[in-house]
Amino acid sequence: MIEQHLPVLVVIVPLIAAPLCVFLFNRTLVYLFALATCWATFGLSLFLLAKVLQTGPISYELGNWPAPYGIEYVADYLSTFVMSFVTGIAAVVLTYAPRSLNEEVDPSRHYLVHPMYLLCLSGLLGICITGDLFNVFVFLEISSLSSYALISLGRSRRAPLAAFQYLVMGTIGATFLLIGIGLLYQLTGTLNMADMATQLGDDHGSRTMLVAFAFMTVGLCIKMAVFPLHTWLPNAYTYAPSIVTAFIAATATKVSVYAFIRIVYSIFTPQFAFDVHGLDVFLTAFALIGIFVASTAAIYQVNLKRLLAYSSIAQVGYMLLGISMNNQDGLTSGIVHMFNHAVIKGGLFLVVGCFALRLSSVRLEDLRGASRTMPWTSFAWVLGGLGLIGVPLTAGFVSKWLLLTAALDNASYLVAGLMLLSSLLAVVYVWRVVEILYFSEPSEAVKSSREAPWSMLVPTYLLIIGILVFGVWTSYSVGIASQAAQALLGGSP
Amino acid sequence: MDNFPIIRVITKLLMPYILLFAFYVQFHGDFGPGGGFQAGVILAAGLILYGLVFGLPALHKVAPPPAIERLIALGVLIYAGTGVATMLLGGKFLDYDVLGHHFLPGWLPEGQHLGIFLVELGVGVTVTSVMTVIFYCFAGREPVDGH
Repeated sequence: MIEQHLPVLVVIVPLIAAPLCVFLFNRTLVYLFALATCWATFGLSLFLLAKVLQTGPISYELGNWPAPYGIEYVADYLSTFVMSFVTGIAAVVLTYAPRSLNEEVDPSRHYLVHPMYLLCLSGLLGICITGDLFNVFVFLEISSLSSYALISLGRSRRAPLAAFQYLVMGTIGATFLLIGIGLLYQLTGTLNMADMATQLGDDHGSRTMLVAFAFMTVGLCIKMAVFPLHTWLPNAYTYAPSIVTAFIAATATKVSVYAFIRIVYSIFTPQFAFDVHGLDVFLTAFALIGIFVASTAAIYQVNLKRLLAYSSIAQVGYMLLGISMNNQDGLTSGIVHMFNHAVIKGGLFLVVGCFALRLSSVRLEDLRGASRTMPWTSFAWVLGGLGLIGVPLTAGFVSKWLLLTAALDNASYLVAGLMLLSSLLAVVYVWRVVEILYFSEPSEAVKSSREAPWSMLVPTYLLIIGILVFGVWTSYSVGIASQAAQALLGGSP
Repeated sequence: MDNFPIIRVITKLLMPYILLFAFYVQFHGDFGPGGGFQAGVILAAGLILYGLVFGLPALHKVAPPPAIERLIALGVLIYAGTGVATMLLGGKFLDYDVLGHHFLPGWLPEGQHLGIFLVELGVGVTVTSVMTVIFYCFAGREPVDGH
């Protein structure tokens, strides 16, 4: 029975667990229940991934209504791959959560965190698995609304403002997406993605289609935080509680990138987007400008969280570079970087959470000499930072190497050169923190602090060691990603 | 609002009709225009009117914030629970065709009819309570806090 309903169970297990959390009175019980749900969802999505790898894409018709009319869930290589790491990170971050939550979220609001967290997870998974375009919008709203609420829970008085900024930008993005969906619905009379792709066919001339595509691209670019539309991201990541930042930074933008890939490659064809309308030129340009501007901005930050937030904007640029290459190697590198960056950024934000717990601050000046009292946490930063730069034997190297070879194969030497140059900027901002941690006189706060508790270090190291593991063992990440890219380029999902 | 007897009397007169209309829209939604969302908004509008005229403490007595907060979750559970029930009965998620029963056959709805009835009930419960909580958030200075 579980096997038969797997595609829908992945989404509804967290969706049902979220309201159930409200009925559990004991705070510990709520936490344990949410934790069990997250790990169970992780297990289910791994099970689904294994099944898809064995038998190929699985389709599930909700309410038993046949596909173009009813809502269809489609589990294919790409969606199950993204779901597997989203649930994995959600489970690890929640394992890490209790100590950090006690410190950073007002106790009277704890009971809101877990339902929101599960709803956000459920929304993200829904975006991945649904084969219905309107459903994508609904799940995008579920995940976005719950993430606004989660961000506003930060202790700082600026957290609600940051959440509101994100809400305004996010709502504009979601509205643009909805306008695009409406126009496509008017054009084709269907909301099922596969059916829509068939109906649109090779017709590349329609003005309606172009307008729909423009709205959807801009809408998703806001959600992905592509360079000129990234303004909501630094504040949202900085003022949210650490675990929320870790979860959202590692998953939300990646899932938006996923939705973008789906829309470009499965609905509008790459021929329409890249060959006829030349989106690849713009995407490449904005991605490169974004990488340089955001990495430079990261160098000048005095707040560790904000530094990582700017680095996230830069890293989305690498994913877009890969996606806009419009060939299998490029697309594979984009998809692999989604995964690798999720693990790296998730791990680094968990490190930041450890500092925030012990030092009550993540300003760089307060972290001076922290390696004396917090050696494990500081070392985790070094390893994660190496991954972010893309040093060999780390996950970051794998995706950057793939991207570089794809760029060289495409004979886009300028892109390849600029990409390598931009990695040097990452060296600068990572090293700046390493220098402060290891080669400065300890500050007063550092002298009186101690190492982060094991309950937080173990999940942190789970992700940090993941960076090293996936830097060497690539048959999971690159293997599935190239299969997914092949399926995307071979036609509709 | 103590100084406005007309408003108080008219509100009291209107209240049953507002609530009745909400239930009509909810339960007749199967046959005519209406449904859970509209009914929920109308019901909440009735509650909000009561709160505006007779004060927040009076409304808190009718609709205690902790209970309302749980009703939000309950509505979602009714909806999702219907889906799980259809799965347990051997159908797909939200496949109402499998929803049969032997309790007063012919009188109580079955199959698709029963399914949409339950789902709309869930929607109605959640929408009513969400609207009320939004009113509480704006009307009260203290944050709504069930714990």
